[in-house]
Amino acid sequence: MKPQPKFLKVLNFVSVLLFLTALGMVFLYSPLEATMNYVQKIFYFHIANAWVGMLGFLAAAVAGLIYLIKHDQKWDVIELAAVEISLVFFLIAIISGSIWARPSWGAYWTWEPRLTTAAILEMVYISYLLLRQGIDDPDRRARFSAVYTLVGAISVPITFMSIRLLRTIHPVVIGTNSSTSQGSFDMTSKMLATMFFVLFSFSVIFVNLFWHRIRLGQLAQQVEQIKLEELQ
Amino acid sequence: MDRPSTANHRSSPTARRPSPGFLNAIGAIVWKDLAAELRSRELLSAMLVFALLVILIFNFALELDPLTRRVATPGILWATFTFAGTLGLNRSMAVEKDRGCLDGLLLAPVDRSAIYFGKTISNLAFMLIVEVVVLPVYSVLYNINLFNPGLIAVILLGSVGYVAVGTLLSSMAVQTRTRDVLLPILLFPVVIPILIAAVKASSGFLQGLAVTEVMPYINLLIVYDVIFTAVAYMVFDFVVEE
Repeated sequence: MKPQPKFLKVLNFVSVLLFLTALGMVFLYSPLEATMNYVQKIFYFHIANAWVGMLGFLAAAVAGLIYLIKHDQKWDVIELAAVEISLVFFLIAIISGSIWARPSWGAYWTWEPRLTTAAILEMVYISYLLLRQGIDDPDRRARFSAVYTLVGAISVPITFMSIRLLRTIHPVVIGTNSSTSQGSFDMTSKMLATMFFVLFSFSVIFVNLFWHRIRLGQLAQQVEQIKLEELQ
Repeated sequence: MDRPSTANHRSSPTARRPSPGFLNAIGAIVWKDLAAELRSRELLSAMLVFALLVILIFNFALELDPLTRRVATPGILWATFTFAGTLGLNRSMAVEKDRGCLDGLLLAPVDRSAIYFGKTISNLAFMLIVEVVVLPVYSVLYNINLFNPGLIAVILLGSVGYVAVGTLLSSMAVQTRTRDVLLPILLFPVVIPILIAAVKASSGFLQGLAVTEVMPYINLLIVYDVIFTAVAYMVFDFVVEE
Protein backbone atom coordinates (compact mmCIF):
# COMPACT_ATOMS: atom_id res chain seq x y z
CA MET A 1 0.00 0.00 0.00
CA LYS A 2 1.24 3.45 -0.79
CA PRO A 3 2.38 5.33 2.33
CA GLN A 4 -0.15 7.78 3.66
CA PRO A 5 0.33 11.22 2.15
CA LYS A 6 1.22 13.88 4.65
CA PHE A 7 -2.11 15.63 4.24
CA LEU A 8 -3.94 12.43 5.15
CA LYS A 9 -1.89 12.02 8.32
CA VAL A 10 -2.74 15.57 9.29
CA LEU A 11 -6.38 14.90 8.47
CA ASN A 12 -6.38 11.82 10.73
CA PHE A 13 -5.18 13.92 13.60
CA VAL A 14 -7.59 16.76 12.83
CA SER A 15 -10.54 14.34 12.63
CA VAL A 16 -9.86 12.90 16.05
CA LEU A 17 -9.40 16.37 17.47
CA LEU A 18 -12.63 17.63 15.93
CA PHE A 19 -14.55 14.60 17.18
CA LEU A 20 -13.33 15.08 20.74
CA THR A 21 -14.12 18.76 20.57
CA ALA A 22 -17.58 17.96 19.23
CA LEU A 23 -18.15 15.58 22.14
CA GLY A 24 -17.04 18.29 24.49
CA MET A 25 -19.32 20.85 22.94
CA VAL A 26 -22.31 18.54 23.04
CA PHE A 27 -21.90 17.55 26.67
CA LEU A 28 -20.35 20.63 28.22
CA TYR A 29 -21.13 23.64 26.09
CA SER A 30 -24.62 23.09 24.73
CA PRO A 31 -27.41 23.76 27.20
CA LEU A 32 -29.82 21.15 28.53
CA GLU A 33 -33.07 21.27 26.65
CA ALA A 34 -36.12 22.06 28.74
CA THR A 35 -38.32 19.00 28.20
CA MET A 36 -36.11 16.28 26.81
CA ASN A 37 -32.92 16.91 28.79
CA TYR A 38 -30.07 14.61 27.82
CA VAL A 39 -32.08 12.74 25.21
CA GLN A 40 -32.08 15.82 23.05
CA LYS A 41 -28.30 15.63 22.74
CA ILE A 42 -28.61 12.57 20.53
CA PHE A 43 -30.05 14.97 17.98
CA TYR A 44 -26.63 16.51 17.27
CA PHE A 45 -25.02 13.23 16.31
CA HIS A 46 -28.12 11.96 14.55
CA ILE A 47 -28.35 14.97 12.23
CA ALA A 48 -24.63 14.92 11.47
CA ASN A 49 -24.61 11.23 10.60
CA ALA A 50 -27.77 11.45 8.49
CA TRP A 51 -26.42 14.44 6.59
CA VAL A 52 -23.11 12.74 5.94
CA GLY A 53 -24.85 9.52 4.90
CA MET A 54 -26.90 11.33 2.32
CA LEU A 55 -23.82 13.17 1.09
CA GLY A 56 -22.11 9.85 0.52
CA PHE A 57 -25.11 8.57 -1.39
CA LEU A 58 -24.92 11.57 -3.69
CA ALA A 59 -21.17 11.09 -4.10
CA ALA A 60 -21.76 7.46 -5.07
CA ALA A 61 -24.33 8.39 -7.71
CA VAL A 62 -22.05 11.05 -9.18
CA ALA A 63 -19.09 8.64 -9.20
CA GLY A 64 -21.29 6.06 -10.92
CA LEU A 65 -22.33 8.50 -13.60
CA ILE A 66 -18.73 9.56 -14.22
CA TYR A 67 -17.68 5.93 -14.43
CA LEU A 68 -20.28 5.23 -17.12
CA ILE A 69 -19.03 8.19 -19.10
CA LYS A 70 -15.29 7.71 -18.65
CA HIS A 71 -14.89 3.98 -17.95
CA ASP A 72 -12.02 4.70 -15.59
CA GLN A 73 -11.85 2.07 -12.84
CA LYS A 74 -10.84 4.62 -10.22
CA TRP A 75 -14.38 6.00 -10.20
CA ASP A 76 -15.63 2.54 -9.38
CA VAL A 77 -13.33 2.46 -6.34
CA ILE A 78 -14.62 5.87 -5.28
CA GLU A 79 -18.23 4.77 -5.73
CA LEU A 80 -17.79 1.64 -3.63
CA ALA A 81 -15.99 3.58 -0.91
CA ALA A 82 -18.78 6.16 -0.81
CA VAL A 83 -21.51 3.51 -0.55
CA GLU A 84 -19.75 1.45 2.09
CA ILE A 85 -19.00 4.23 4.51
CA SER A 86 -22.33 5.96 3.93
CA LEU A 87 -24.01 2.70 4.81
CA VAL A 88 -22.41 2.81 8.23
CA PHE A 89 -23.01 6.52 8.83
CA PHE A 90 -26.63 6.19 7.83
CA LEU A 91 -27.07 3.11 10.00
CA ILE A 92 -25.75 5.10 12.95
CA ALA A 93 -28.23 7.83 12.06
CA ILE A 94 -31.12 5.37 11.98
CA ILE A 95 -30.15 3.72 15.27
CA SER A 96 -29.51 7.01 17.05
CA GLY A 97 -32.80 8.29 15.70
CA SER A 98 -34.60 5.24 17.07
CA ILE A 99 -33.04 5.76 20.48
CA TRP A 100 -34.18 9.36 20.42
CA ALA A 101 -37.63 8.40 19.16
CA ARG A 102 -38.50 6.09 22.05
CA PRO A 103 -38.70 8.74 24.77
CA SER A 104 -39.84 11.46 22.39
CA TRP A 105 -42.48 9.75 20.29
CA GLY A 106 -43.20 6.69 22.38
CA ALA A 107 -41.98 4.24 19.75
CA TYR A 108 -38.60 3.20 18.37
CA TRP A 109 -39.91 3.45 14.86
CA THR A 110 -42.71 5.08 12.94
CA TRP A 111 -43.51 4.81 9.29
CA GLU A 112 -43.36 8.50 8.63
CA PRO A 113 -41.81 9.70 5.34
CA ARG A 114 -38.25 10.38 6.38
CA LEU A 115 -37.80 7.22 8.40
CA THR A 116 -39.35 5.04 5.74
CA THR A 117 -37.18 6.61 3.05
CA ALA A 118 -34.16 6.12 5.30
CA ALA A 119 -34.94 2.44 5.63
CA ILE A 120 -35.36 2.12 1.87
CA LEU A 121 -32.11 3.98 1.25
CA GLU A 122 -30.30 1.64 3.58
CA MET A 123 -31.81 -1.32 1.69
CA VAL A 124 -30.57 0.15 -1.60
CA TYR A 125 -27.04 0.33 -0.12
CA ILE A 126 -27.20 -3.27 1.01
CA SER A 127 -28.63 -4.44 -2.33
CA TYR A 128 -25.75 -2.62 -4.02
CA LEU A 129 -23.22 -4.56 -1.96
CA LEU A 130 -25.00 -7.84 -2.68
CA LEU A 131 -24.95 -7.02 -6.38
CA ARG A 132 -21.20 -6.46 -6.31
CA GLN A 133 -20.70 -9.69 -4.42
CA GLY A 134 -22.31 -11.68 -7.23
CA ILE A 135 -20.05 -10.53 -10.06
CA ASP A 136 -16.47 -11.60 -10.56
CA ASP A 137 -15.53 -9.70 -13.69
CA PRO A 138 -14.27 -6.26 -12.55
CA ASP A 139 -15.44 -4.40 -15.62
CA ARG A 140 -18.94 -5.84 -15.51
CA ARG A 141 -19.13 -5.29 -11.78
CA ALA A 142 -18.20 -1.67 -12.18
CA ARG A 143 -20.74 -1.12 -14.94
CA PHE A 144 -23.62 -2.80 -13.11
CA SER A 145 -22.83 -1.05 -9.85
CA ALA A 146 -22.78 2.31 -11.59
CA VAL A 147 -26.13 1.60 -13.23
CA TYR A 148 -27.63 0.56 -9.89
CA THR A 149 -26.44 3.68 -8.08
CA LEU A 150 -28.08 5.75 -10.79
CA VAL A 151 -31.33 3.81 -10.57
CA GLY A 152 -31.23 4.08 -6.78
CA ALA A 153 -30.36 7.78 -6.81
CA ILE A 154 -33.35 8.53 -9.02
CA SER A 155 -35.81 6.32 -7.21
CA VAL A 156 -35.06 7.41 -3.63
CA PRO A 157 -36.19 11.04 -4.02
CA ILE A 158 -39.29 9.82 -5.87
CA THR A 159 -39.89 7.39 -3.01
CA PHE A 160 -39.60 10.19 -0.47
CA MET A 161 -42.08 12.35 -2.35
CA SER A 162 -44.51 9.49 -2.82
CA ILE A 163 -44.43 8.52 0.86
CA ARG A 164 -44.95 12.13 1.82
CA LEU A 165 -47.94 12.21 -0.49
CA LEU A 166 -49.18 9.03 1.12
CA ARG A 167 -48.68 10.04 4.73
CA THR A 168 -49.89 13.62 4.59
CA ILE A 169 -53.23 12.35 3.43
CA HIS A 170 -53.36 9.68 6.12
CA PRO A 171 -51.36 10.91 9.10
CA VAL A 172 -50.17 8.33 11.57
CA VAL A 173 -50.26 9.06 15.26
CA ILE A 174 -48.34 6.77 17.58
CA GLY A 175 -47.65 7.14 21.24
CA THR A 176 -48.06 10.25 23.31
CA ASN A 177 -46.65 12.69 20.81
CA SER A 178 -47.75 12.95 17.20
CA SER A 179 -45.17 11.29 15.03
CA THR A 180 -46.02 13.67 12.23
CA SER A 181 -44.53 16.46 14.31
CA GLN A 182 -41.26 17.50 12.79
CA GLY A 183 -39.55 17.05 16.11
CA SER A 184 -38.18 20.51 15.91
CA PHE A 185 -37.76 22.71 18.90
CA ASP A 186 -36.54 26.21 19.31
CA MET A 187 -32.80 26.18 19.35
CA THR A 188 -30.76 28.67 21.25
CA SER A 189 -27.68 30.05 19.57
CA LYS A 190 -25.46 27.72 21.64
CA MET A 191 -27.42 24.74 20.38
CA LEU A 192 -27.18 25.96 16.79
CA ALA A 193 -23.44 26.49 17.14
CA THR A 194 -23.01 23.01 18.58
CA MET A 195 -25.11 21.50 15.83
CA PHE A 196 -23.12 23.15 13.06
CA PHE A 197 -19.85 22.24 14.69
CA VAL A 198 -20.82 18.57 15.05
CA LEU A 199 -22.02 18.62 11.44
CA PHE A 200 -18.71 20.06 10.33
CA SER A 201 -16.71 17.56 12.39
CA PHE A 202 -18.57 14.64 10.92
CA SER A 203 -18.09 15.96 7.43
CA VAL A 204 -14.35 16.04 8.06
CA ILE A 205 -14.49 12.54 9.54
CA PHE A 206 -16.42 11.44 6.46
CA VAL A 207 -13.76 12.81 4.12
CA ASN A 208 -11.07 11.17 6.23
CA LEU A 209 -12.73 7.77 6.22
CA PHE A 210 -13.61 8.16 2.53
CA TRP A 211 -9.98 8.76 1.69
CA HIS A 212 -8.84 5.73 3.71
CA ARG A 213 -11.50 3.56 2.10
CA ILE A 214 -10.47 4.71 -1.39
CA ARG A 215 -6.88 3.78 -0.60
CA LEU A 216 -8.04 0.38 0.59
CA GLY A 217 -10.10 -0.01 -2.56
CA GLN A 218 -7.12 0.79 -4.73
CA LEU A 219 -5.08 -1.85 -2.93
CA ALA A 220 -7.90 -4.37 -3.38
CA GLN A 221 -8.01 -3.52 -7.06
CA GLN A 222 -4.28 -4.17 -7.40
CA VAL A 223 -4.60 -7.51 -5.59
CA GLU A 224 -7.49 -8.52 -7.83
CA GLN A 225 -5.55 -7.65 -10.95
CA ILE A 226 -2.61 -9.75 -9.80
CA LYS A 227 -5.01 -12.61 -9.06
CA LEU A 228 -6.60 -12.38 -12.50
CA GLU A 229 -3.20 -12.29 -14.19
CA GLU A 230 -2.07 -15.34 -12.23
CA LEU A 231 -5.17 -17.25 -13.24
CA GLN A 232 -4.57 -16.65 -16.93
CA MET B 1 -10.38 -2.85 -56.04
CA ASP B 2 -12.20 -0.52 -58.31
CA ARG B 3 -15.88 -0.53 -57.90
CA PRO B 4 -18.11 1.29 -60.34
CA SER B 5 -20.00 3.81 -58.30
CA THR B 6 -23.60 3.20 -58.98
CA ALA B 7 -26.13 5.71 -57.91
CA ASN B 8 -28.62 3.01 -57.13
CA HIS B 9 -26.83 0.57 -54.84
CA ARG B 10 -29.73 -1.82 -54.80
CA SER B 11 -28.92 -2.97 -58.29
CA SER B 12 -25.56 -4.34 -57.18
CA PRO B 13 -25.64 -7.95 -55.98
CA THR B 14 -23.35 -7.07 -53.07
CA ALA B 15 -25.62 -4.31 -51.91
CA ARG B 16 -26.13 -4.20 -48.16
CA ARG B 17 -29.61 -4.94 -46.97
CA PRO B 18 -30.94 -1.95 -45.04
CA SER B 19 -30.76 -2.74 -41.35
CA PRO B 20 -34.16 -3.56 -39.91
CA GLY B 21 -36.05 -0.60 -38.60
CA PHE B 22 -36.18 0.05 -34.92
CA LEU B 23 -39.85 -0.78 -34.65
CA ASN B 24 -39.43 -3.91 -36.75
CA ALA B 25 -36.74 -5.12 -34.40
CA ILE B 26 -38.90 -4.54 -31.36
CA GLY B 27 -41.79 -6.30 -33.06
CA ALA B 28 -39.57 -9.25 -33.94
CA ILE B 29 -38.38 -9.68 -30.35
CA VAL B 30 -41.89 -9.44 -28.95
CA TRP B 31 -43.17 -11.91 -31.52
CA LYS B 32 -40.34 -14.33 -30.73
CA ASP B 33 -41.09 -14.26 -27.01
CA LEU B 34 -44.82 -14.60 -27.43
CA ALA B 35 -44.49 -17.39 -30.00
CA ALA B 36 -42.03 -19.30 -27.83
CA GLU B 37 -44.28 -18.89 -24.83
CA LEU B 38 -47.34 -20.00 -26.76
CA ARG B 39 -45.63 -23.28 -27.55
CA SER B 40 -44.13 -24.11 -24.19
CA ARG B 41 -46.39 -22.15 -21.84
CA GLU B 42 -43.86 -22.74 -19.09
CA LEU B 43 -43.52 -19.13 -18.04
CA LEU B 44 -47.20 -18.27 -17.91
CA SER B 45 -48.21 -21.45 -16.12
CA ALA B 46 -45.52 -20.89 -13.51
CA MET B 47 -46.52 -17.28 -12.97
CA LEU B 48 -50.23 -18.07 -12.81
CA VAL B 49 -49.93 -20.96 -10.41
CA PHE B 50 -47.61 -18.93 -8.25
CA ALA B 51 -49.97 -15.95 -8.19
CA LEU B 52 -52.90 -18.12 -7.19
CA LEU B 53 -50.86 -19.77 -4.46
CA VAL B 54 -49.85 -16.37 -3.11
CA ILE B 55 -53.50 -15.35 -2.91
CA LEU B 56 -54.17 -18.60 -1.08
CA ILE B 57 -51.42 -17.86 1.41
CA PHE B 58 -52.80 -14.39 2.01
CA ASN B 59 -56.09 -15.97 2.87
CA PHE B 60 -54.44 -17.59 5.86
CA ALA B 61 -51.94 -14.85 6.59
CA LEU B 62 -54.63 -12.23 7.02
CA GLU B 63 -57.96 -12.83 8.64
CA LEU B 64 -60.05 -11.75 5.71
CA ASP B 65 -63.46 -11.06 7.14
CA PRO B 66 -65.58 -9.04 4.70
CA LEU B 67 -64.58 -5.68 6.12
CA THR B 68 -60.85 -6.40 6.15
CA ARG B 69 -61.13 -7.80 2.68
CA ARG B 70 -62.22 -4.49 1.22
CA VAL B 71 -59.37 -2.70 2.87
CA ALA B 72 -56.73 -5.30 2.16
CA THR B 73 -57.62 -6.16 -1.44
CA PRO B 74 -55.38 -3.60 -3.23
CA GLY B 75 -52.43 -4.57 -1.07
CA ILE B 76 -52.93 -8.28 -1.63
CA LEU B 77 -53.35 -7.81 -5.36
CA TRP B 78 -50.20 -5.75 -5.71
CA ALA B 79 -48.15 -8.02 -3.50
CA THR B 80 -49.25 -10.92 -5.69
CA PHE B 81 -48.41 -9.08 -8.90
CA THR B 82 -45.04 -8.02 -7.53
CA PHE B 83 -43.99 -11.54 -6.62
CA ALA B 84 -45.38 -13.17 -9.75
CA GLY B 85 -43.82 -10.42 -11.83
CA THR B 86 -40.42 -11.16 -10.34
CA LEU B 87 -40.81 -14.78 -11.37
CA GLY B 88 -41.68 -13.79 -14.92
CA LEU B 89 -38.83 -11.31 -15.24
CA ASN B 90 -36.33 -13.83 -13.95
CA ARG B 91 -37.39 -16.65 -16.24
CA SER B 92 -37.73 -14.43 -19.26
CA MET B 93 -34.16 -13.23 -19.06
CA ALA B 94 -32.71 -16.51 -17.84
CA VAL B 95 -34.08 -18.28 -20.92
CA GLU B 96 -32.40 -15.71 -23.15
CA LYS B 97 -29.09 -16.08 -21.42
CA ASP B 98 -29.06 -19.86 -21.15
CA ARG B 99 -29.94 -20.56 -24.75
CA GLY B 100 -27.50 -17.97 -26.03
CA CYS B 101 -30.34 -15.91 -27.46
CA LEU B 102 -29.03 -12.80 -25.78
CA ASP B 103 -25.72 -13.09 -27.60
CA GLY B 104 -27.58 -13.60 -30.84
CA LEU B 105 -29.67 -10.52 -30.22
CA LEU B 106 -26.59 -8.48 -29.43
CA LEU B 107 -24.96 -9.54 -32.68
CA ALA B 108 -27.94 -8.40 -34.67
CA PRO B 109 -27.50 -5.05 -36.41
CA VAL B 110 -30.11 -3.31 -34.33
CA ASP B 111 -29.95 -0.62 -31.74
CA ARG B 112 -29.45 -2.17 -28.30
CA SER B 113 -32.41 -0.27 -26.96
CA ALA B 114 -34.64 -2.18 -29.38
CA ILE B 115 -33.75 -5.28 -27.39
CA TYR B 116 -34.71 -3.46 -24.21
CA PHE B 117 -38.07 -2.32 -25.53
CA GLY B 118 -38.78 -5.71 -27.09
CA LYS B 119 -38.10 -7.56 -23.84
CA THR B 120 -40.01 -4.98 -21.83
CA ILE B 121 -43.09 -5.28 -24.01
CA SER B 122 -43.07 -9.06 -23.90
CA ASN B 123 -42.55 -9.03 -20.12
CA LEU B 124 -45.43 -6.58 -19.87
CA ALA B 125 -47.58 -8.87 -21.98
CA PHE B 126 -46.91 -11.82 -19.66
CA MET B 127 -47.58 -9.77 -16.57
CA LEU B 128 -50.84 -8.44 -18.02
CA ILE B 129 -51.97 -11.94 -18.93
CA VAL B 130 -51.42 -13.05 -15.35
CA GLU B 131 -53.29 -10.04 -14.05
CA VAL B 132 -56.16 -10.67 -16.43
CA VAL B 133 -56.55 -14.15 -14.98
CA VAL B 134 -55.98 -13.22 -11.33
CA LEU B 135 -58.57 -10.44 -11.24
CA PRO B 136 -61.64 -12.57 -12.01
CA VAL B 137 -60.40 -15.39 -9.79
CA TYR B 138 -59.91 -12.98 -6.91
CA SER B 139 -63.32 -11.43 -7.55
CA VAL B 140 -64.96 -14.82 -7.31
CA LEU B 141 -62.98 -16.08 -4.32
CA TYR B 142 -63.51 -12.96 -2.24
CA ASN B 143 -66.83 -11.77 -3.58
CA ILE B 144 -65.53 -8.34 -4.54
CA ASN B 145 -66.26 -6.75 -7.88
CA LEU B 146 -62.91 -5.89 -9.41
CA PHE B 147 -64.18 -4.94 -12.84
CA ASN B 148 -63.51 -1.29 -12.31
CA PRO B 149 -62.07 0.70 -15.26
CA GLY B 150 -60.07 2.89 -12.90
CA LEU B 151 -58.55 -0.15 -11.26
CA ILE B 152 -57.65 -1.63 -14.61
CA ALA B 153 -55.98 1.62 -15.65
CA VAL B 154 -53.95 1.63 -12.44
CA ILE B 155 -52.90 -1.97 -12.93
CA LEU B 156 -51.80 -1.15 -16.46
CA LEU B 157 -49.75 1.89 -15.41
CA GLY B 158 -48.21 0.09 -12.47
CA SER B 159 -47.25 -2.92 -14.56
CA VAL B 160 -45.59 -0.71 -17.16
CA GLY B 161 -43.37 0.92 -14.55
CA TYR B 162 -42.63 -2.40 -12.88
CA VAL B 163 -41.45 -4.12 -16.06
CA ALA B 164 -39.58 -1.02 -17.23
CA VAL B 165 -37.27 -1.17 -14.21
CA GLY B 166 -37.57 -4.92 -13.85
CA THR B 167 -36.31 -5.69 -17.35
CA LEU B 168 -33.24 -3.53 -16.82
CA LEU B 169 -32.44 -5.03 -13.44
CA SER B 170 -33.15 -8.60 -14.54
CA SER B 171 -30.72 -8.12 -17.44
CA MET B 172 -28.14 -7.30 -14.80
CA ALA B 173 -29.15 -9.96 -12.33
CA VAL B 174 -29.09 -12.78 -14.89
CA GLN B 175 -25.42 -12.09 -15.58
CA THR B 176 -24.36 -12.52 -11.97
CA ARG B 177 -23.64 -15.61 -9.90
CA THR B 178 -26.56 -15.07 -7.57
CA ARG B 179 -29.08 -14.66 -10.40
CA ASP B 180 -32.63 -15.43 -9.33
CA VAL B 181 -32.16 -14.37 -5.77
CA LEU B 182 -30.67 -11.06 -6.75
CA LEU B 183 -33.53 -9.65 -8.80
CA PRO B 184 -35.99 -9.14 -5.91
CA ILE B 185 -33.17 -7.70 -3.81
CA LEU B 186 -32.36 -5.16 -6.49
CA LEU B 187 -35.90 -4.52 -7.66
CA PHE B 188 -38.04 -4.12 -4.56
CA PRO B 189 -36.40 -1.05 -2.97
CA VAL B 190 -36.53 0.73 -6.29
CA VAL B 191 -40.11 -0.18 -7.20
CA ILE B 192 -41.66 1.06 -3.96
CA PRO B 193 -43.10 4.29 -5.42
CA ILE B 194 -45.11 2.15 -7.84
CA LEU B 195 -46.41 0.03 -4.99
CA ILE B 196 -47.38 3.05 -2.96
CA ALA B 197 -49.11 4.83 -5.80
CA ALA B 198 -50.75 1.71 -7.26
CA VAL B 199 -52.13 0.47 -3.95
CA LYS B 200 -53.50 3.86 -2.96
CA ALA B 201 -54.96 4.51 -6.41
CA SER B 202 -56.49 1.01 -6.58
CA SER B 203 -57.92 1.49 -3.13
CA GLY B 204 -59.33 4.87 -4.15
CA PHE B 205 -61.05 3.46 -7.21
CA LEU B 206 -62.43 0.44 -5.37
CA GLN B 207 -63.86 2.67 -2.67
CA GLY B 208 -65.47 4.80 -5.35
CA LEU B 209 -63.56 7.98 -4.53
CA ALA B 210 -63.72 10.87 -6.98
CA VAL B 211 -61.09 10.75 -9.69
CA THR B 212 -59.63 14.07 -8.51
CA GLU B 213 -58.74 12.51 -5.17
CA VAL B 214 -56.95 9.63 -6.83
CA MET B 215 -55.20 11.80 -9.45
CA PRO B 216 -52.04 12.56 -7.38
CA TYR B 217 -51.26 8.86 -7.28
CA ILE B 218 -52.02 8.36 -10.97
CA ASN B 219 -49.72 11.28 -11.74
CA LEU B 220 -47.03 9.69 -9.62
CA LEU B 221 -47.39 6.45 -11.56
CA ILE B 222 -47.15 8.25 -14.89
CA VAL B 223 -44.13 10.26 -13.79
CA TYR B 224 -42.39 7.14 -12.51
CA ASP B 225 -43.16 5.24 -15.73
CA VAL B 226 -41.79 8.00 -17.93
CA ILE B 227 -38.67 8.64 -15.87
CA PHE B 228 -37.69 5.04 -15.49
CA THR B 229 -38.42 4.00 -19.05
CA ALA B 230 -36.17 6.87 -20.15
CA VAL B 231 -33.42 6.00 -17.66
CA ALA B 232 -33.52 2.29 -18.49
CA TYR B 233 -33.45 3.06 -22.20
CA MET B 234 -30.37 5.23 -21.78
CA VAL B 235 -28.52 2.87 -19.53
CA PHE B 236 -29.38 -0.51 -21.11
CA ASP B 237 -26.36 -0.43 -23.41
CA PHE B 238 -24.01 -0.52 -20.44
CA VAL B 239 -25.77 -3.53 -19.04
CA VAL B 240 -25.53 -5.81 -22.06
CA GLU B 241 -22.26 -4.78 -23.62
CA GLU B 242 -19.55 -7.40 -23.51
